[in-house]
Amino acid sequence: MTAQLRFQNLTLGYDRHPAVHHLDGSVPRGALMAVVGPNGAGKSTLFKGIVGMLAPLAGGIDRGGLKTRDIAYLPQAAELDRGFPINVYDLVAMGLWRRTGLFGGVGAKERERVHAAIAAVGLTGFEARPIGSLSGGQMQRVLFARLLLQDARLIVLDEPFTAIDSKTAADLFDLVRRWHVEERTVVAALHDIELVRANFPDVLLLAREPVAWGTAAEVLTADNLTKARRMCEAFDEAAAECAA
Amino acid sequence: MADRTMLYSSLIAPFAEFEFMRRALVGSFALALGGGPVGVFLMLRRMSLMGDAMSHAILPGAAIGFLVSGLSLFAMTAGGLIAGFVVAVLAGLVARTTELKEDASLAAFFLLSLAIGVTIVSMRGTNIDLLHVLFGSVLALDNPTLILIAAITSLSLVILALIWRPLVLECVDPNFLRSVSRAGAPAHIAFLALVVMNLVGGFHALGTLLAVGLMMLPAAAARFWARDISAMIAIAVALGIVSGFAGLLLSFHAGLPAGPAVILTAGVLYVGSLAFGSVGGLARRLVRRRHLEA
Repeated sequence: MTAQLRFQNLTLGYDRHPAVHHLDGSVPRGALMAVVGPNGAGKSTLFKGIVGMLAPLAGGIDRGGLKTRDIAYLPQAAELDRGFPINVYDLVAMGLWRRTGLFGGVGAKERERVHAAIAAVGLTGFEARPIGSLSGGQMQRVLFARLLLQDARLIVLDEPFTAIDSKTAADLFDLVRRWHVEERTVVAALHDIELVRANFPDVLLLAREPVAWGTAAEVLTADNLTKARRMCEAFDEAAAECAA
Repeated sequence: MADRTMLYSSLIAPFAEFEFMRRALVGSFALALGGGPVGVFLMLRRMSLMGDAMSHAILPGAAIGFLVSGLSLFAMTAGGLIAGFVVAVLAGLVARTTELKEDASLAAFFLLSLAIGVTIVSMRGTNIDLLHVLFGSVLALDNPTLILIAAITSLSLVILALIWRPLVLECVDPNFLRSVSRAGAPAHIAFLALVVMNLVGGFHALGTLLAVGLMMLPAAAARFWARDISAMIAIAVALGIVSGFAGLLLSFHAGLPAGPAVILTAGVLYVGSLAFGSVGGLARRLVRRRHLEA
């Protein structure tokens, strides 16, 4: 199986302090992988590295020839200005960027796709609503509709189901399954261990360093989870230079 | 019949009879057309005070141009543009590449620019001549100035059309834009350049301080009438045009200075919108209506 993502001795961090330390391994094309670990384990940092928003302190990431625009990324707390006067339709339509770019027109076919994406997340009828009037769950649905339109080979979701109700989470998870069937590579950070156990074939347990990486059954053992929980969260200001 | 004559003599005659009034009207329309959209974007980026800061940044450049070659349109425009661009681009780059937010980096650079300008001015010449730069002369617009303002407005509208998509996206969801395109930084810098250009155009007509007023007051007022950015811009432009027309008439009939009269009119429109606007205006809040079923 060809690799979509290959990490080579990857260290990511801020101001020389590593947040993800010496990660090696690869994510096969079409994989559905969960990244789990306590707060501060480096999940978001790893994702920023994957999508290219954060340059590695050391080592590297091979994205299997993917360009930035082939990767769709849903950050943990989207830094979205909810007060901006834009409606649901226009926000979802931004997912077409890869096709339309700066000046490309949005024709009947594209409009059809936008409506289909809005319908797929169950928001038909909300097209003209300003985004400021949406609830948290509805906003997450809108962002998933935009992800749908992005038609990306690699989809990176940072805690997509946090702070939304189980109905919304279930609906949105159906989309994730659909992406998996379509052989897109999906990497998602999640806190719900049961959801991961039931649905994700591959799991990376991260606690600044990889604790375990493999099938859900291998990784999500009581031993491993305890080990991850014991991870040291604080930076050491006086940390020595890493020799490895 | 008598009514019609009175309407004509109060609303139309000043412009029909006096060329300087016609020029002032065209100049203020052009400023409203270019400044409206720029003001709306500044407001939505929470940078409403940037216009004020930039006008301070431009002033030294214009003043240096003035000191070098007197009341020369070219020298003052070039000076203002250079000072403004340098400050805007440096502030934009610092905001994009470091932890410092846009407002703080802009504050740092405009203060530096102002200090340099004041130093140079105080070393040479008097402050009295600067009054012209500060308060403009909308009633004394000559052809070159009028053409400059119209050119700046036309160029602004074209550039705005070109950077529209990334600019909107950069305001709503900058991280998303960064993940799909590299157009964010050029669009950001181009927008800052638009702010500078429109302020430089404005200070010839209204002076640096009042130029900001015609940019921000209609934009802030438009927020109370529309929920959609395109509509907001259309309303801001319309309010700017009305301010120009009514302000000039006010100044003509009441013998007030023209620039401040235009801004005061825009201010009245703003207060009116604040009070009676259909989107979150104060009157709407005071009138308690029964809630809806769904």
